[in-house]
Amino acid sequence: MSNQHLSPLREPLVTEPRSLGQLTEEICAPMERAPTWKWWVAFGIAVSVLGTGAGIVGYQVATGIGVWGLNKTIGWAFDITNFVFWVGIGHAGTLISAILFLFRQKWRTSINRAAEAMTLFAVMCAALFPLIHMGRPWLAFWVMPYPNDRGSLWVNFRSPLLWDVFAISTYFTVSAVFWYVGLIPDLATVRDRAKAGIRKAVFKVMSLGWTGSNRTWSRYETVYLLLAGLATPLVLSVHTIVSMDFATSVIPGWHTTIFPPYFVAGAVFSGFAMVLTLMIITRVVLGYEHLITLRHLENMTKIIIVTGGLVSLAYATEFFIAWYSGNPYERFAFMNRAFGPYAWAYWIMVTCNVVSPHLFWFKKIRTSPAAIFVLSLVINVGMWFERFVIIVTSLHRDFLPSSWAMYTPTMVEVGTFIGTFGLFFTLFLLFVRVLPIISIGEVKSVLGFAREGHETQPRPPAKPVAEEPHPVAHRPVSPVPLAIATRKDVPV
Amino acid sequence: MSAPVLIGYFDSEAQVLDATRAVREAGFVLHDVYTPYAVHGLDDAMGLKPSRLTWVCFGAGLLGCTLALSLQYYTSVVSWPLNVGGKPFNSFPAFIPVTFELTVLFAALATVAAFLARAKLFPGSRRAVLPRVTDDRFAIAVAPREAPSELDAAEDLMRRHGAVATDLLEEVAS
Repeated sequence: MSNQHLSPLREPLVTEPRSLGQLTEEICAPMERAPTWKWWVAFGIAVSVLGTGAGIVGYQVATGIGVWGLNKTIGWAFDITNFVFWVGIGHAGTLISAILFLFRQKWRTSINRAAEAMTLFAVMCAALFPLIHMGRPWLAFWVMPYPNDRGSLWVNFRSPLLWDVFAISTYFTVSAVFWYVGLIPDLATVRDRAKAGIRKAVFKVMSLGWTGSNRTWSRYETVYLLLAGLATPLVLSVHTIVSMDFATSVIPGWHTTIFPPYFVAGAVFSGFAMVLTLMIITRVVLGYEHLITLRHLENMTKIIIVTGGLVSLAYATEFFIAWYSGNPYERFAFMNRAFGPYAWAYWIMVTCNVVSPHLFWFKKIRTSPAAIFVLSLVINVGMWFERFVIIVTSLHRDFLPSSWAMYTPTMVEVGTFIGTFGLFFTLFLLFVRVLPIISIGEVKSVLGFAREGHETQPRPPAKPVAEEPHPVAHRPVSPVPLAIATRKDVPV
Repeated sequence: MSAPVLIGYFDSEAQVLDATRAVREAGFVLHDVYTPYAVHGLDDAMGLKPSRLTWVCFGAGLLGCTLALSLQYYTSVVSWPLNVGGKPFNSFPAFIPVTFELTVLFAALATVAAFLARAKLFPGSRRAVLPRVTDDRFAIAVAPREAPSELDAAEDLMRRHGAVATDLLEEVAS
């Protein structure tokens, strides 16, 4: 390791002394051994939930959207709530990988891979809802602008719903590409470790012939930077566009200019909560406490404090503007939110999103994985309720009291929502099994951070003395006995 | 005619940076350096020029932007002008979101495609990989300019800079 990263102020990002080889070994281990019974149990549950959800979706597609609890007043409820919820969850992934990368936040390295995977799976879950809401999902391709035989009828480019189509599909594609590009060097590492067989063959194809050449690394870094630069405005644009589904309407409670930044902050807020939920489980189950350290968790909770504050500010601003605008409909919409029939949902939202993040100001809570885990779940619940409140309370009492109505989700809607959790966790569990969930190449590059003493070698003098004995990087310093010797007999 | 390539293996980032600089300054032709992760400063040590992929990104973004605007203009103004709430047919501000998304999409996909093409990365590539360079070892490949005898001097130089092993290979992929 070069000592160029040494600083007395910097804390190490990897808290246990590890050599490069040990890191490879450790990160590849979960995918190279047989799954544990815990994994099978989790996978079994996830697949059953997914299966149930799929059955319910099949039923509603066969029967029609009438099986939902929607009515003429509330024409958008559970499906769009869940859509916005899942898209929001997805945002932290890109934020961690792209925005933190641009800001040179090295602590992102241990969590970015899993967070990006989470993004992809969350966006898949999100995309399901508009698809099912169409009622005839097999005609979904009608949302694409293509020359057709319906009398040169084109899609309406002035509609925010069409913007959604472009935003979500672009976001998914770019996130997938970004994730895959980040994976290539690690796929090569796995390929080179694999013995002959299907595994080797598959990784050989997927790693595209990566050799670790620095000419390639150099271009790779450029591409990664460019993708991060492109993904950053993209992630902001996606939730901005999602918020415009509401903001461009004239419904009181929706028609507000604060929606784009407010939705983006909310998305990051809920996304980080979900990353925390997943990372806390992962680090314990896989024993990665030294890679996904308390410091990583703490940093994420700090971002949650900030975004939670932004979300709280947005709630307050909405209320203030509703009063200040002097618009009676707007005033009524907000009074109705807080004290109307859906007040319970509103106050759940406030408790979870405004009050609970402030517990993170306490260092004790910020550094206790159990407390963070509970709070991350609370925030996810709160953010789901935020979308529910925005959508249902704004629609159920609009301008005309004669059209006022109430909404209760049916079992079909609840089942579809739970089914997407099945999809999400099935995909995530498969991901944990088949791909390195921590970016091996990137963690290796931060291994030398603030490492003092035994692990760091002093920088060799400009004119090195001949036959100077160099300390060997591979010292079995790990408390866990790892089978390193087996692979280190390569004749070089 | 294929000249043998000398490979020197190193154990640490600092040594490989140092040795790369030394090898280049001594006048040997660096074939390539292989590392398990992106070592910062190595581009400089190898004397690599900044990548021109940024231009691909810019060009493709421009193309995506133009195509998106043209598509929306053609469909909404030329092919099927539709009066929606009295808005102008060419309602330019409403076209910005789709234009932005397509700009990003084109730029991202084209940049990655150009990168893969330039670095000759493709499924089914049969390039051989040096042992352990994707795991924990760093390697410098020196291509001799003229006589293979030059390699002895290069080997000596790399040994002095901390090479743990050296090897002669007939051919190495970059």
